[in-house]
Amino acid sequence: MNLYHYASPSTFYPLAGKLIPWFAALAFILAIAGLYISFFVAPTDFQQGEGYRIIFIHVPTAWMSMFIYVVMAFWSAIGLAWNTRLSFVMARALAPTGAMFTFVALWTGAFWGKPMWGAWWVWDARLTSELILLFLYVGVMALQAAIDDPRRADRAGALLNLVGVINVPIIYFSVKWWNTLHQGSSVSLTRAPSMAQTMLWGMLIMALAAWMYTIAVSLVRARTLVLERERQTEWVRAQLEGQP
Amino acid sequence: MLKFLFTVIRRDVLLAARRRGDWLTAQFFFVMVVSMFPLGIGPEPGMLRTIGPGVVWVAALLASLLSLDRLFADDYRDGTLEQMLLSPSPIALLTLGKAIAHWIINGIPLLIIAPLLGIQFNLPAGALWMLVLSLAIGTPILSLLGSIGAALTLGLRGGGALVTLLIMPLYVPALIFGAGAVEGVLSGTGSEAHLSLLGAFLMMSLLLAPWVSAMALKVSVE
Amino acid sequence: MIWESWQAFWAMGGYGLYVWGSFGMTLLCVVAEVGLLRRHRLQVWRRLKRMKSWDSQ
Repeated sequence: MNLYHYASPSTFYPLAGKLIPWFAALAFILAIAGLYISFFVAPTDFQQGEGYRIIFIHVPTAWMSMFIYVVMAFWSAIGLAWNTRLSFVMARALAPTGAMFTFVALWTGAFWGKPMWGAWWVWDARLTSELILLFLYVGVMALQAAIDDPRRADRAGALLNLVGVINVPIIYFSVKWWNTLHQGSSVSLTRAPSMAQTMLWGMLIMALAAWMYTIAVSLVRARTLVLERERQTEWVRAQLEGQP
Repeated sequence: MLKFLFTVIRRDVLLAARRRGDWLTAQFFFVMVVSMFPLGIGPEPGMLRTIGPGVVWVAALLASLLSLDRLFADDYRDGTLEQMLLSPSPIALLTLGKAIAHWIINGIPLLIIAPLLGIQFNLPAGALWMLVLSLAIGTPILSLLGSIGAALTLGLRGGGALVTLLIMPLYVPALIFGAGAVEGVLSGTGSEAHLSLLGAFLMMSLLLAPWVSAMALKVSVE
Repeated sequence: MIWESWQAFWAMGGYGLYVWGSFGMTLLCVVAEVGLLRRHRLQVWRRLKRMKSWDSQ
């Protein structure tokens, strides 16, 4: 199979179009299954009562926020190395969804922290690192939005993304260090309730649902980006005859 | 090669010396930002001593960021930068030279002013000394990482705010280890680990930042 | 089923605000993202179609 074939926007566009409904359907089914487990199968926690059910959103979205950033960095690296336009498009398409998951992870972290630890925001090492991850996402998107020339925007954002991804472990390490030194109360959102099998399954299924959702949404975004960039080509002009 | 590096540094320092106004503004900015905190929070000496190291460090970050805008922009605007990019010397040397010059112009004055500000926050002598030492290791990091941000945002509308947005998250380890070193002295728990980690971060920045900044310049100028 | 009644389900053992505040915000974000995406795609489509019609004039 000639991989370069799929690196061409004109091949990517229809292929993605066919795949999107499948990923969307998978996301929906997995979400329903995950939510069912979250509310109707997972038992009440001994220590945290019903409040702990927030982890079925908090943990999967936190995982996804980090995973997406790394995948973005992968596409950024490919784009910078081989100059393939589509790689940059994929990186750009993933960013908003990654930022969204980061925000949800922070929000649900706060909503979990308030009843459990009495404060809306705790400077827990992971929450703080997650906040910085949000800043990293916003930085890449802001940089790309500020640059008019698409080629420069692609490459600058990709470079910033890669600088960020190298720094994420360092930042996490430094924040963890800082957190242990300043450990006033032993507040830690990382102390999840002891994992019953059902809880783990619930989180995994929700994470998978989030992953399928991300692929579906990113492919839609990518297709729109491709349309804009390739608007002068014959195949796009032919596409425009049809329905959106 | 070294000759090229020294030429770049010398040129930038000379140009900055002729434009003392800009340079003074950045230093006064540093002083004023630090002074705002007691005004906003209250002058209770014990509390000031607690927040002092963090406040001075954050103000140093902001003062550094303020002056980064002009790192490449002036040369870009009159076409000098494009000429420099055509030179046979590696561009990473150019960016390294500019970062060093930025540190000489903006970093070193911070080192001189910081102890005075530390006194305003009731820091004892040992902490003052550590403040200067931590900033001495930390401010080059700011200049090096900042050069990446300046290169990426060359000629863009967002200007200073955009560079700040991009580079602040990357500064976090330096801030944590730097301010932490001073707190280590204040609390008696020692600063060796902080300084070692800060030093390691500096080494890493020294090795990687000029090269990444050069790539960013090529992306921005093409 | 764990819940004795719908009442109990919504109350979430007293944690209702937090649990539903979390799941609700997530749903809101997902709906918003999908909605904005659809709108953006339609806007782009219409603009490109308009530009194409100018070309053929």
